[in-house]
Amino acid sequence: MTMNLFNQFLSPTFLGLPLIAIALMAPCLLYPSPAPWWQSNRWMTLQNWFIGSFIKQILSPINTKGHSWALLLATLMVFLITLNTLGLLPYTFTPTTQLSLNMAFAVPLWLATVIMGFRNSPTHALGHLLPEGTPTPLVPILIIIESISLLIRPLALGVRLTANLTAGHLLIQLVSSAAFSLLLSQTTAASLAVGLLLLLTILEIAVAMIQAYVFVLLLSLYLQENV
Amino acid sequence: MADRPVPVVEKRLMDVKLGELGTWMGGRDFTPNGLLSSVRRGYERYYNKYINVKKGGIGGLAMLLAGYITLSYVWEYNHIKHDRWRKYH
Repeated sequence: MTMNLFNQFLSPTFLGLPLIAIALMAPCLLYPSPAPWWQSNRWMTLQNWFIGSFIKQILSPINTKGHSWALLLATLMVFLITLNTLGLLPYTFTPTTQLSLNMAFAVPLWLATVIMGFRNSPTHALGHLLPEGTPTPLVPILIIIESISLLIRPLALGVRLTANLTAGHLLIQLVSSAAFSLLLSQTTAASLAVGLLLLLTILEIAVAMIQAYVFVLLLSLYLQENV
Repeated sequence: MADRPVPVVEKRLMDVKLGELGTWMGGRDFTPNGLLSSVRRGYERYYNKYINVKKGGIGGLAMLLAGYITLSYVWEYNHIKHDRWRKYH
């Protein structure tokens, strides 16, 4: 059984065709599009409310110039939250467990904020590398440390999302196989495992949503200091 | 009351008689654009019946998710059939 634990993360193919493309397009099918009349259906209202309140909250600390990022941040949030929560359904594949996908999100967007910062006000952007009020002997070391922390941001963004989701899926698979194998021989232990499984599932739903939020929030923070 | 005669190709599938099925299939548009437009029409039929209603419930979304789960099971079957507790049953 141990060798099967990571099989759930293999990029699925069917008759040689990669299915990750279909898994990536699944969120598009689930969201209603606006109608030309005044009162739309319930789902549309719910979607509008969610996106509106999310964007209001995430763009409030950013100045007006950064508001052009609203569409990107809203799309990213909706996409990530849908991918994560859809992956919790049985037999589905979660594309965000692939490091390649998360790095493909993190690196270009982070790089965009850095390049924007350097183009608009290079001295201000470079000034971020040195916190105020540091004693003079520490300045060279601190600049190196701050640049390393700047360069490690995309890696952290991508790996955080991947690791959280992968670990959650693995835990669910481990605990459920333990519960299943113990079911007949040691029923008390199996019932404890089932309880743990219930808690884990609730945790995973929360983690799925929180991780998407954290990704977008950090990106908006990087934007805020650079715009 | 007799129905006005309609060409076979333009009838809906449920109205086509069994003998006319071959003619109907032969006349349908199987170009990529045609396939895409048929997928689009099917999607809009589902959307307008279950989701784009004033008091839509969870059923519309739940059917979509159930379909996604079964489709994922079918796609993953070749991997999953190796997960067995005993080698010989």
